Formats: sequence, structure tokens, C-alpha cells
Amino acid sequence: MIKVEGIHKSFGKVHAVRGVSFDAPDGKITGLLGPNGAGKSTTLRVLYTVLKPDQGSASIDGADVVTDALEARKRIGALPHGAGLYPHLTARENIAYFARLCGLAKAEIDDRVDEIIRLLEIGDFADRRTKGFSQGQRTKVSLARALVHDPQNILLDEPSNGLDVMATRSLRELILKLKDDGRCVLFSSHVMQEVAALCDDICIIANGQVAIDDSVAGIRERTGCEDLEEAFVRAILMVEAE
Amino acid sequence: MMRTIFTVFIKEILDNFRDKRTLGSALIMGPIFGPIMFAFVINISIERSLESAESTLELPVIGQEYAPNMLTYLKSRNIDAVEGPEDLEAAMEAVKVGEHDVVLVIPPTIGEELADMIPATVQLVSDQANTDADRDARRVRGALYGWSQDISAVRIVGLGINPMTLRPLNIDEIDVSTPSGRSAILLGMMSYFFVFAALMGGMYLAIDTTAGERERGSLEPLLSLPVTRDQLIVGKIAATCLFMSLSLLLSQASFYFVLDFMPLEKLGLTPNFGIDVVFKALLLFLPFILLGAALMTLVASFTKSYREAQTWLSVVLIAPTLPILIVSILTLRPRTEFMFVPSLSQHLLLVDMVKNEPINGLHVAISVVSTLAIGGILTWVCARLYRREGLLG
Repeated sequence: MIKVEGIHKSFGKVHAVRGVSFDAPDGKITGLLGPNGAGKSTTLRVLYTVLKPDQGSASIDGADVVTDALEARKRIGALPHGAGLYPHLTARENIAYFARLCGLAKAEIDDRVDEIIRLLEIGDFADRRTKGFSQGQRTKVSLARALVHDPQNILLDEPSNGLDVMATRSLRELILKLKDDGRCVLFSSHVMQEVAALCDDICIIANGQVAIDDSVAGIRERTGCEDLEEAFVRAILMVEAE
Repeated sequence: MMRTIFTVFIKEILDNFRDKRTLGSALIMGPIFGPIMFAFVINISIERSLESAESTLELPVIGQEYAPNMLTYLKSRNIDAVEGPEDLEAAMEAVKVGEHDVVLVIPPTIGEELADMIPATVQLVSDQANTDADRDARRVRGALYGWSQDISAVRIVGLGINPMTLRPLNIDEIDVSTPSGRSAILLGMMSYFFVFAALMGGMYLAIDTTAGERERGSLEPLLSLPVTRDQLIVGKIAATCLFMSLSLLLSQASFYFVLDFMPLEKLGLTPNFGIDVVFKALLLFLPFILLGAALMTLVASFTKSYREAQTWLSVVLIAPTLPILIVSILTLRPRTEFMFVPSLSQHLLLVDMVKNEPINGLHVAISVVSTLAIGGILTWVCARLYRREGLLG
């Protein structure tokens, strides 16, 4: 369960996020949708606690991301944008390293790593060093790494970037499975179709502000557009006109 | 807490050991080739200096026929007269172009002048800017003075005076430098190699802690884990220290073996660098390793990329060698206040060890405490900087 309340974040003179608020409940997939540079990544970075908001607050399962950052981090699995692996370690070692850092007990690490390797279907290359992995392989291993400690909240920043059709499809299945397990999944994307196909709730962000935050049906209704892409464009234009 | 630090430490070691290329430059190039090169250069210079003292010097002489006695004397001093250029002018030209190093010109009048007890003049042509030639010239000059003194003694005796009247003073030089002491100047160079090897050994990891992780895109995932950044940086600095120690140890070991192949005994040098000294020197340099690791990590954390970090760190490689260089040039003796300066204190104490001189306990204490303190402060600053948002680039 993720709560975001009126966060602001500036980098020098650039006011990247201007009062973004939304909720991402458990057992649902929430999509952060917006054009490039809208503030999606910055919002997610605040949530996985590498950035502090200038104003406003956010919490993960009730743990504040600023005052209780360590507790908040325990409850999330994050896939940052362009996440990289350690090239001299094998995929399995990369995953096990994160499992250890997440504080998993020694006895359960091996089982848990095996389980996540099976779940993400990366067994074929799990024992190869990650140097020279394809984008799809890298993303899968990064994802396995983020999920190895079985987090309740999952934050994915543009996870389908650079993935082919098959990989995108298995990613989608994984996200749906996480939802069925009752997890809170929050992911960002600039691809309308992807978000529409997966999400229960969509939070459209433009220019650092929330343009619209509603279910897919709700967005159609409020913008008066049956076509989601049209609705997306209209919502963004509404913000930019202000 | 400790488990996290240990996890990071182990992972960094594994990661670094698998990176054959950086491992090669950190553990092979610096620590092993450095001392070998050093030994090679020193060997050549020792051979040369021994050569000039023992070997026969061939001296081109103009006007050999005018002073046969003088040439016999020179021969007894291992200086053989050979055919020289035509005249003084030709001799000067020959020396100038480097055809000869030294040429002796004996005038035809020398016999008469000696007989008449008029100071006779011989000309010694050399290029004093050329150190090699200068050494030969000095040798010839010394021999000529010797001959001149022999002649004056003979003359004085002829006058019925004890030749000792012309020697009111006898200077007896007593050299108190021990063979180990003399080697210290030469082997003081060792600390330079040790400092360099240690820093080289940790450079890759120091960069990797910030710029490397960032460039690879592994920094953000790492920072989003439920660990504190202090734990991450302490684990990484600890791993950096380990590699620096390894590199230092290798460098010491290669010196230990290389010294056997240097003809130091020919110069009467006996450096005190046994296993026990190797071990003591390692302990002595350990505080410096913490300082070096923290310093490199700190500098690298300000850079934008791996490449930029490498550029800046090559400057850091030079910084600790500067105090050593300055003190060596000014030939300053160890003083208590020097012990507060990291790298310099280790250098001076190492020189004392190699000279087999008693080590001042207070000096060791100051060196260890002050270097550790500065290293600790730098580590703390690194940890503070690791918390900045700017770290993400």
C-alpha cells in the first residue's frame, strides 16, 4: 500500500514534481503514465527513498519514506530505470547478493533464489556472468533481484523498455501474478496500450502534476473519449493549458 | 550491521578478483614490474660506477714524448696514455663533439720548466657539464696532483729538508655511515614504490564505489535496499583496503626477492629487509592504507564518470609521494613534527628500519595515530557524501 501526498521536488531551477498525490492499494496494479520528463521517475525515486521530497510526504505500508526510510525500503522491491547488474558476477550471484543485503536468513537464500529464478524463467542463463547479457535478460535478472526478498510493494520504472514481444508478455504475466498474490504494484510507462492492458488504476502525470487519477473506465468517462490514447492526450493538454 | 558490511566486503572482493584486467594492472604491473624495473636501473648504475673505479682509463695525451716519467706515474694509477688529437684546438673540438671525454696536453717546454723549477703548465680538456666525463677528469686531475706532490717531495729532499714540513695537516676521514646506512639513500626509493603500489591496488574499487556503480546503473538498485549507506561505504572501503594491502604485500615481496639480484654488496651495502622487516613495514603502512582508500573514494565520489575518476585519481597517486620527494631532496633528518604527515612518516620510519637503526617508539605512535585519525576523518566524510542526493548524478 503506497500513499503519496502532495510531493514536490526541484533540481536547481527545474521544478520536476509539483504536488503529486495518489494511492496505490494492495492487490491492484497502478500505472504512472505520462510523457517523457513528466516526473514519473522522480516520483518513483522519492518512493524508493533515493530522493527526498522538498514538500509533501509519502509512505509505504505506513512507513514514511523520509523519517522511516529503512523500514520503507524493507517493504519495497524496486526496479529503477536502466538498472544495471554486476558484470563479473553470475545472474544467480547478483540475485543472491541482494537477497543477503535484504537480510534473508542464510538457510533460505538458496531456496529463495532458486524459486525466483524458476518464476522468472531465467534458469538457462542463471549461472552465466551477466557481462554481455541482452537487455531482456538484464531486465529479468534485475527484476528477480528486486523481488527476491518477497516484497509487498513493487515499484517498476519503465520495466518494458527495450524488451521484445515475448519478454514483454512474460513481464505482463508476472505483474498480473503479483497482483493476484495481493501485492501492490506501481509501475511507470509512457506507453498507453501497455498501461491500459494491465492497470486497474491509472495516474496520468504531465508537467510534474497529476492530470487525472482514476480507473480505466473512469478516465474514459471523465475525458469523454472512448479511445484511451485520445483520453491521454486530452488529459495532458488540460494540465499544460493551466 | 556487521553482516551487511561483510556481505558487501565479500561481494566486492569476488567481483574484483574476477576482473582480470584491472586485477592485472593493480596486482601485477605496480607491485611486481615496479621493483623489477627499479632493480634493473640500479644494477646498471652500480655496474657503471664500479666500472669507472676499477677499469683502466684510456687517456688521449698530446705531447707524450715530453714527459715520459709523468706517463709512467699515470700508468701506475691505471691511466694509460693513448695517441691524442693533433693539437690543443683539435683536442677541444674532439671533446666538444664527444669524441673524447678528457684530453691531456703536455707542452714541449715541460722538461725545461721542471728542471728550472718554474711551475710547468699542462692542459686538461674536458666538458664539465658531462657528469660521466667529469668523473674521468677528476681521476686524471687527482693522479696529476699526486705526481706533482711526488716531484715536490723529491725537490725538498734535495734541499735537505724533511718533506713532511710541507704537510702540517693530515686529514683522516672517518666515515660513520654503516653499510646499511648507505643503502638507505638508495632504498629510500622503496617507500615510493610501496605507496604507489598500495594506491594502485585500491584504485579500481575506490572508483567503483561511486562513479563505477553509477555508470553501470547498479547504484540506485543498491541504494533502494533495506541497508544504510554507511554500511555500504564501510564494506566497500574495507574491500578497497584489502586490495591495497595485497598490492603492498606483493610489492614488498617482490622487493624482498629482487634485492637478492642487486649487487649491493659490491658497494658495501647491506639493506636490512628480511622477512621481519617486511612484516613490520606492512604494519607500519596499514594506517596509510585506510587513509589512501578513503582519500581515493572521496575524490572519486565527486566525479561524473569512471574515466574522469581515473584522471583525478592519477593526481591523488602523486600527492602522497610529494612529501617524500621534498624530504629526500632536502635530505632532512626525521623530526617529530614530520611524523604527523602521512606517507612522509611511513617513509622516514621505513628508512630507519632499512638502515637497521633503532626505531623511536614515540615516532611510530604519532605516525600510526595521526594517519589513522586522518583516515578515519576521510572515511567519515565519504560516508557523509554518500548520503547526498547528488551522488546519483
